[in-house]
Amino acid sequence: MIRVELPQHLRTLARVTGEVTVEVASPVTLRSVLDAVEKAYPVLCGTIRDHHTLERRAFLRFFVCSEDWSHESTDKPLPEEIASGKEPLLIVGAIAGG
Amino acid sequence: MSDVRVLVGTKKGGFILSSDGKREKWDISGPHFAGWEIYHMKGSPADPNRLYASQTSGWFGQIIQRSDDGGKSWHQPGSPAGEAPPAGGGPPQGVSNKFVYDTTSADGKPLTTHQWYDGTQHPWEFKRVWHIEPSLTEPDTVYAGIEDAALFRSTDGGITWKELPGLRGNDTGPRWQPGAGGMCLHTVILDPSNPQRIYIAISAAGAFRTDDGGKNWKPINQGLRSQYIPDPNAEVGHCVHHIAMHPQRPNTLFMQKHWDVMRSDNAGDKWHEISGNLPTDFGFVIDVHAHEPETVYVVPIKSDSEHFPLDGKLRVYRSRTGGNEWEALSNGLPQSNCFVNVLRDAMAVDSLDSCGVYFGTTGGQVYASPDAGDNWAPIVHDLPSVLSVEVQTLP
Repeated sequence: MIRVELPQHLRTLARVTGEVTVEVASPVTLRSVLDAVEKAYPVLCGTIRDHHTLERRAFLRFFVCSEDWSHESTDKPLPEEIASGKEPLLIVGAIAGG
Repeated sequence: MSDVRVLVGTKKGGFILSSDGKREKWDISGPHFAGWEIYHMKGSPADPNRLYASQTSGWFGQIIQRSDDGGKSWHQPGSPAGEAPPAGGGPPQGVSNKFVYDTTSADGKPLTTHQWYDGTQHPWEFKRVWHIEPSLTEPDTVYAGIEDAALFRSTDGGITWKELPGLRGNDTGPRWQPGAGGMCLHTVILDPSNPQRIYIAISAAGAFRTDDGGKNWKPINQGLRSQYIPDPNAEVGHCVHHIAMHPQRPNTLFMQKHWDVMRSDNAGDKWHEISGNLPTDFGFVIDVHAHEPETVYVVPIKSDSEHFPLDGKLRVYRSRTGGNEWEALSNGLPQSNCFVNVLRDAMAVDSLDSCGVYFGTTGGQVYASPDAGDNWAPIVHDLPSVLSVEVQTLP
């Protein structure tokens, strides 16, 4: 079970509170986790990754065990702490705007 | 007596303002979609309880919201209104936020690039929906004008969207360029007398018309003159800010351009200036009285570099002669130290016997006049910056 923490606006959109959890077969990667999140919450399609290119949206970042994975390959296996559910994958909105 | 419902899109959410026909006391609901930019909300003329909203964010992209009960509840199309969440708190199923440019060649000539600010070619990139225009007759059919400029249509109530690629495929497409606010398709007008005819406008490309339901388009910018582009009389490249039409005179169009207020009496084939005695002919909004096709409203703004009213006095100008002769309407509007703007989609009229006129400001005020502009009062004055105002006259 993978734990994912979404930004507040996306939790509202998906009508969830707190973390969401998804089941992902090994190997667990950013791509496979995001695929599972979008499958479980279709309204989030296009809000984290571009619909067409599946590239990360510019103002969002991915944090994994206190490390910035925003620019890592989305096919790179995530650490065991994420794959085991010990730690959540953090999807964070950039602090900007007004 | 009829009621009115004013749909207000702001930079931090949507608001619905409701009143009876007297338009003196108002109920305010909102913010809907708090914290998101609501570029536009509009109701279906065929079903007043069917509302559509463009919810957008620089972080999270584009969402289309729909209400089937006049704004009491909302959902992303694809998830039925009022659907109980699945046991365990499952998600809605909406997929309505998918706007993908048509890259096929079968039904148009889709382009991959347009002109950038520096004159180079730049890829078309979807950014947001600026304007939603529901069909006049079919509640499930709705058009979306987007940035970077293109026109999309849904025929299933906003669940899925398909581009009308003939517009971007127009031969002039590589010469379109963004204005300061981006390259947005901000105006969509459906001709009530001819279902095959649609007008659209793009900043900064100009106005276009289709006479075959959206397959083929042609620029309709003859007579426009823009000193700020290399060829002031160019076929495209004009920064049209908004266009308005009276439904009983579908061949007559009124335009607020970057500078100049213009009029066409032949469906846009030829325009002529009607700025007349306006104190400045820069502005964004323009609209037409619900019962008087020759009565037109604008809000003059000082200049393209100073987006606020002249002399700090907020004044609507009205022409009862179809242009050229304008009178200032200021009763009830601030006449000192007012430096707000009124954006292009932020004025609307109701169709009660005494025509109501409404507009919203970047300062968060929404003003209403129940007597065609003679007297004004704020419905609300502390909303987030107003992006759009639409009005429904309810039976």
